[in-house]
Amino acid sequence: MSLDKTEVEKIAHLARISLTEEDIPLYTKNLSDILNLVEQMNTIDTSGITPMAHPLDAVARVRPDVVSETDQRDHFQSIATQVEAGLYLVPKVIE
Amino acid sequence: MEWETVIGLEVHAQLATKSKIFSGASTAYGAPPNTQACAVDLGLPGVLPVLNQEAVYMAAKFGLAVNAKVSPRSVFARKNYFYPDLPKGYQISQYELPIVEGGQLTIEMDEAEKTIGITRAHLEEDAGKSLHEDFQGLSGIDLNRAGTPLLEIVSEPDMRSAKEAIAYMKKLHSLVRYLEICDGNMQEGSFRCDANVSVRPKGQAEFGTRAELKNLNSFRFVERAINLEVERQIDILESGGQVSQETRLYDAEKNETRSMRAKEEANDYRYFPDPDLLPLVVEEDFLQQTQRDLPELPDEKRQRFTTQYELSTYDAGVLTANRDIADYFEEALQAADCEPKLCANWVMGNLSALLNKSNLEITQSPVSAAHLAGMLRRIADNTISGKIAKQVFEAMWEGESNADQVIEKQGLKQVTNSSKIEQMVDEVIASNPKQLADYRSGKDKLFGFFVGQVMKASKGKANPAQVNELLKKKLAEN
Repeated sequence: MSLDKTEVEKIAHLARISLTEEDIPLYTKNLSDILNLVEQMNTIDTSGITPMAHPLDAVARVRPDVVSETDQRDHFQSIATQVEAGLYLVPKVIE
Repeated sequence: MEWETVIGLEVHAQLATKSKIFSGASTAYGAPPNTQACAVDLGLPGVLPVLNQEAVYMAAKFGLAVNAKVSPRSVFARKNYFYPDLPKGYQISQYELPIVEGGQLTIEMDEAEKTIGITRAHLEEDAGKSLHEDFQGLSGIDLNRAGTPLLEIVSEPDMRSAKEAIAYMKKLHSLVRYLEICDGNMQEGSFRCDANVSVRPKGQAEFGTRAELKNLNSFRFVERAINLEVERQIDILESGGQVSQETRLYDAEKNETRSMRAKEEANDYRYFPDPDLLPLVVEEDFLQQTQRDLPELPDEKRQRFTTQYELSTYDAGVLTANRDIADYFEEALQAADCEPKLCANWVMGNLSALLNKSNLEITQSPVSAAHLAGMLRRIADNTISGKIAKQVFEAMWEGESNADQVIEKQGLKQVTNSSKIEQMVDEVIASNPKQLADYRSGKDKLFGFFVGQVMKASKGKANPAQVNELLKKKLAEN
């Protein structure tokens, strides 16, 4: 399976990675190679095998529903670029 | 051409846990911005999520209540997208293996019942809030809500009108509150709804292209937005166009839906199992315990109200839609020991009307169930008439707690002394000779006039049944 240029551009956009025109052929090849490897694996009959969601043979630990965190806003916001009225300020993104 | 509407709903119910789904930060509503956003919620490097067991318990309760399968094993996945109120760059959700699969809910539509399929319900974390105003061209981010547990409940595309969608949503709303897994507060966003809406020519098997409507934070908006969207799609199709698959935002002020963005395909989110979280295993004995914990559910309660109290399906439905109302009714009825229908009428009538007018929940009612019962007893034993009771009820609403005191103080005791009533009847007949002549010459309708006059003369306190009886007798005499 081989990706085309627009697909690579779309993937780059979804991942918010900026690619230059020169980068695109290399990424197209690398990503296509990965897909080819997956395709090769797809030929193996895996019916009857439970899909593995996690490599460890263990199950989730849960915690009781207790509030254990205290307010550390000042601490966290001391490393933020910009804050106002307790809010983190970021470039405007409106869809 | 005749069109058929197809609707599926995705409801996000905020689970009423004390702490977040993957961190120990508080979920309390209304705290100052970012004071309840800890390192995990902020997505700082090196933090790890640990699942809140109460969220699992609540999801299991829901699953059992809608007769769904609660999966013995479910998996958390990352849903990847970039938005400033999602600090990690992904939302922890469930994708291929959700905790709840395949349930149903029955809705009542004009006497006919309809079953709506529930495809799935999965656990996920809520995002933060973006505030887009007043920050010199920047957006302000409040992450207090980030990490609040949500149960996303996805229906089958089984609804065929906005009315059915509302009925389903109300039923769901009632259910999550009965289960005490969500406070159902729509204004605070605890119970939110997205609607997938499409139309197709009647009789066609395939679905039309759907639009997803967002921002539907009241029952009224859901109905309006769906109806608008259906009209919009039919207009497009009838003028030869095509509906595009997209997300549309409902604007309540302008009462219109507008395009928000082209809808992502599921694979644009590049879901994959979250390596930070191990598969969630739900044991059989946990499920059995959860099953035992389930309260009497709305449908069961409604059924019981119709048999035990001989109420109509409608009355039973109104009283049981909200667990607090049902509890209030039963408490008042038990204390009053009167006809259930009398109690039902007061709870559904005057009490509900005043609560609505004052924008109060029944749990905040100035008239307690015990006090209402005190008044119902006086109606039942004929101390006061239904009409006078309204006056007593209003006095109790204004702060007089005890019905007997109100009756005593305002002298509202019903006149049941038949000689007194007879005297009033005689006076009324004597002072209205014209009406009397008309009545006797066949104008039966004037009977009501005489009743009214006697009631007026007694200041509403005469026993209406006795007044009727005496008037009938006296007017017939000649």
